[in-house]
Amino acid sequence: MTTVLEQQTIQDEFKNRMNEDELLNCMRCGFCLPSCPTYITSGYKETHSPRGRIALMKAVVDGLIEPDEDFEKSLNQCLGCRACEPVCPSGVNYGHLLEEARDIINQNKKHSLPVRTVRKVVFDGLFPHPNRMRTVTGLLGFYQRSGLQKVARAAGVMKLFPESLATMERVLPKVPTMREMKNRPEFVPSQGTTTKRVAFFTGCLMDTMFLETNNATMKLLQLAGCEIVIPKDQSCCGALHGHSGEKDGSKELAKQNIKAFEDLNVDYIITNAGGCGAFLVDYDHLLKDDPQWKDRAVDFKNKIKDISQILYEADFHKKVKLQLPYQIITYQDSCHLRNVMKTASAPRELLRAIDGIDFKEMKDADRCCGSAGIYNIVESEMSMQILDYKMEQTKATHATTVVTANPGCLLQMKLGIERENLSDKMRAVHIVDVLLEAVVK
Amino acid sequence: MLKEEIRKKLIAVVGEENFDDSKVGRLAYSFDATPNFQAMPDGVVSPRNTEEVSSLIKICNEYKIPVVPRGTGTNLCGGTCPTEGGIVFLFKHMNKILEIDEENLTATVQPGAITLDLINAVEAKGLFYPPDPGSMKSSTLGGNINENSGGLRGLKYGVTRDYVIALEIVLPNGDIMRSGGKLAKDVAGYDFTRLFVGSEGTLGIITEATLKLVPKPETKKTMLALYQDLEAAARSVSKIIASKIIPTTLEFLDQATITVVEDYVKIGLPTDAKAVLLIEQDGSPEVVQKDIEKMTDICKSENAVSVQVAQSDEEAEQLTTARRWALSALARLKPTTILEDATVPRSEIANMVKAINEIAKKYDLNICTFGHAGDGNLHPTVPTDARNKEEMERVEKAFEEIFIKAVELGGTITGEHGVGIMKAPYLELKLGKEGIAAMKAVKAALDPNNIMNPGKIFAKDSRKRVVVGK
Ligand SMILES: Cc1cc2nc3c(=O)[nH]c(=O)nc-3n(C[C@H](O)[C@H](O)[C@H](O)COP(=O)(O)OP(=O)(O)OC[C@H]3O[C@@H](n4cnc5c(N)ncnc54)[C@H](O)[C@@H]3O)c2cc1C
Ligand code: SF4
Ligand code: SF4
Repeated sequence: MTTVLEQQTIQDEFKNRMNEDELLNCMRCGFCLPSCPTYITSGYKETHSPRGRIALMKAVVDGLIEPDEDFEKSLNQCLGCRACEPVCPSGVNYGHLLEEARDIINQNKKHSLPVRTVRKVVFDGLFPHPNRMRTVTGLLGFYQRSGLQKVARAAGVMKLFPESLATMERVLPKVPTMREMKNRPEFVPSQGTTTKRVAFFTGCLMDTMFLETNNATMKLLQLAGCEIVIPKDQSCCGALHGHSGEKDGSKELAKQNIKAFEDLNVDYIITNAGGCGAFLVDYDHLLKDDPQWKDRAVDFKNKIKDISQILYEADFHKKVKLQLPYQIITYQDSCHLRNVMKTASAPRELLRAIDGIDFKEMKDADRCCGSAGIYNIVESEMSMQILDYKMEQTKATHATTVVTANPGCLLQMKLGIERENLSDKMRAVHIVDVLLEAVVK
Repeated sequence: MLKEEIRKKLIAVVGEENFDDSKVGRLAYSFDATPNFQAMPDGVVSPRNTEEVSSLIKICNEYKIPVVPRGTGTNLCGGTCPTEGGIVFLFKHMNKILEIDEENLTATVQPGAITLDLINAVEAKGLFYPPDPGSMKSSTLGGNINENSGGLRGLKYGVTRDYVIALEIVLPNGDIMRSGGKLAKDVAGYDFTRLFVGSEGTLGIITEATLKLVPKPETKKTMLALYQDLEAAARSVSKIIASKIIPTTLEFLDQATITVVEDYVKIGLPTDAKAVLLIEQDGSPEVVQKDIEKMTDICKSENAVSVQVAQSDEEAEQLTTARRWALSALARLKPTTILEDATVPRSEIANMVKAINEIAKKYDLNICTFGHAGDGNLHPTVPTDARNKEEMERVEKAFEEIFIKAVELGGTITGEHGVGIMKAPYLELKLGKEGIAAMKAVKAALDPNNIMNPGKIFAKDSRKRVVVGK
């Protein structure tokens, strides 16, 4: 519940803080409607469309409506996938509007105690601290290895959680041990002649739960002729904070990362998680009002590149022979990689270059899978409907391998496969893992 | 606010889940693509079939509540803005393509079906539905029919009107009537199909439509011609038509538009060019080849500084870039974009563009003109800022002069966007007192309580556009 008083402050803050030019820039042409997953999945509700959400934000600024429960629901149900941006003739930066709106609501609303506790632990206590992330992931590993997992499953503890979370627990990857996670070198030379010097943004989820994928990423970079710097002081990208209305938290993380990567004398900063990458390239917007950091943020942003993009540009797929036993492979776009980082054809070209396989494009591969950060947990119902559609399209390709480019999407696709009882026929993998598997030694 | 009694009755028809009178729910349907117009409806209903539409409209008629039918709300004339409140009717459940009849070459659709979905569905069967408004990815066929929308292929293939052959209509009293049929010929009584096409939701609700299809053309070719002289471009257009070639598309961009587009997409358009013509022809390969050659000659003989013919699909794609980006480039310039559609006989294009440029100078505005040269349908567009009241006033005056000029040249105030509220004050310019009276008589006969989309088409007073408040 939001109290009347809270509504009043939220409304005032909307007036003060929302970018009116950007709101007005939406000419309400409706060109974004067919691209919005929540508009489609809600049965074409304008309140669940980009145009509708922008109109609602503007109406709160103009005082036409109060920021009531329905208003919050409309914003909460947005995936933040930003599929509405590339199709917008006016170039409305919807992502920025959404982030600001969510931040205002979050800063001015008292969450219920349990929600507050969880938020505090996650946003302040966990993600900003790589070592704690490792510990938690470590605990998960202990849970998996010790047999506790079996006990918990047998006792039906997981039934207490929303369905998506319960299934999610089953699909989480086998996590590495604490020792594996801590042993990260700070420099890795290239294999063969060095053509580029890059820094690697490891990402908090990627460097813990998906450590193997990070290792694979570095191997591919080495093969592509890159020498790699991995600065120790880097932190979480801040996306989870930014998208959940914890803007101040994300600014601090941004500064820490800019500092960590600043003086490395590298050509690019490489990420292998579309979600992180998209947030990193937005640092200049995040810090636009901070004169000390603004320009440094621009320098940082200009260096960000996704792993697929750099491999493609470095002709990795032409230089290295790639081959796999026959299988049908399909690719699910990471929304942020596609819509914000504008990397869509590189991963496809890399996959097509693998000998022996059949690459099949699925229908609406560019539509969100419903993962969207913690969306699949907090908006479970909508998320599962979106996932069901995604699985239908995946199945139609008869693919046995579904490739993604972001940890959230990867988990969500694994979840989809598990829900459809297809785990013996279909696998979901990160693009770098399948590429490394295909490298002919 | 709706009386509880009426609310209950409406809900009894469609169920709770298809009725919404929450503030947020109503706000989301308080506007369309028309700049600066907004008004709250009292409720929103989503009927599931024709019978429900009929029951709902009977309730509205009984209580004299305004009914505002709405497709996707992409119209540019304030056509779905509930200026007098009332109930917005949505057709999100009635959005099916019911049948594609390959023997009679027809498609039967519900009003909420999306234009592009129909175009794709019929093309998959080797057929063709030509009306292709720029908004076809999101617009509905119900909206297209009620605005009589045109598109890029209008020159050769005509507009929506030329493809509607039968309708199912729910009249304001709840009666369900059918007009036309899958017939090439039909003279049984008044042509109600034609009357309802372009009626902007003011006469009744269309619940089903049968559309004519044609065979899909075998090939298509694209060419682009640049001019240093506006008149030369206009002469090329006239000469092409005079030499008995009807191209599918004959689009025009003026210098102001070219400059804005080049600034934005940087594709190497010469910004000192006065006009660009984008020409496309479709049909059998031999005819297309011959026509393109002939048109190339004509453009060159009229001193086009460059003529490019696309040799592949990719090249064609490149040549159309400028036209495709025109609206985006303009829309990004300023927060508000006002796009009009004054239309003149083809032979008057150059005069109209010149007049627009003079008017722009007079009111110190940046008016960029592009549009369908072959149809004489121009889109003078002003990038502006609705918050700047003083400039908005100049915009308004400029457009008034543009409309007057268009009518003077034998043209019309709107070629395809409709009258709605935006152009209601100017309708008399085009129709005269008598024309308005006759139209009002038709409206009164079918909708005596004036519940259907009230305030649209006919101006209550000489209220001006743009400055209508919230
Ligand atoms: C960027 C842009 C480009 C455009 N390009 C073109 C173009 O190239 N050519 C063109 O002609 N137009 C164009 N338009 C205008 C607009 O898209 C068209 O008028 C379109 O047909 C509207 O369709 P809609 O589904 O959005 O209808 P709406 O805007 O929702 O409604 C349009 C009218 O139809 C009525 N209506 C809708 N459904 C029904 C029904 N079932 N029964 C009775 N009345 C009904 C409404 O009351 C309203 O008066 C463009 C608009 C934009 C924003
Ligand atoms: S496409 Fe852009 S301008 Fe059009 S309605 Fe959507 S956000 Fe607004
Ligand atoms: S971000 Fe995604 S879900 Fe949200 S409005 Fe845009 S397209 Fe829809």
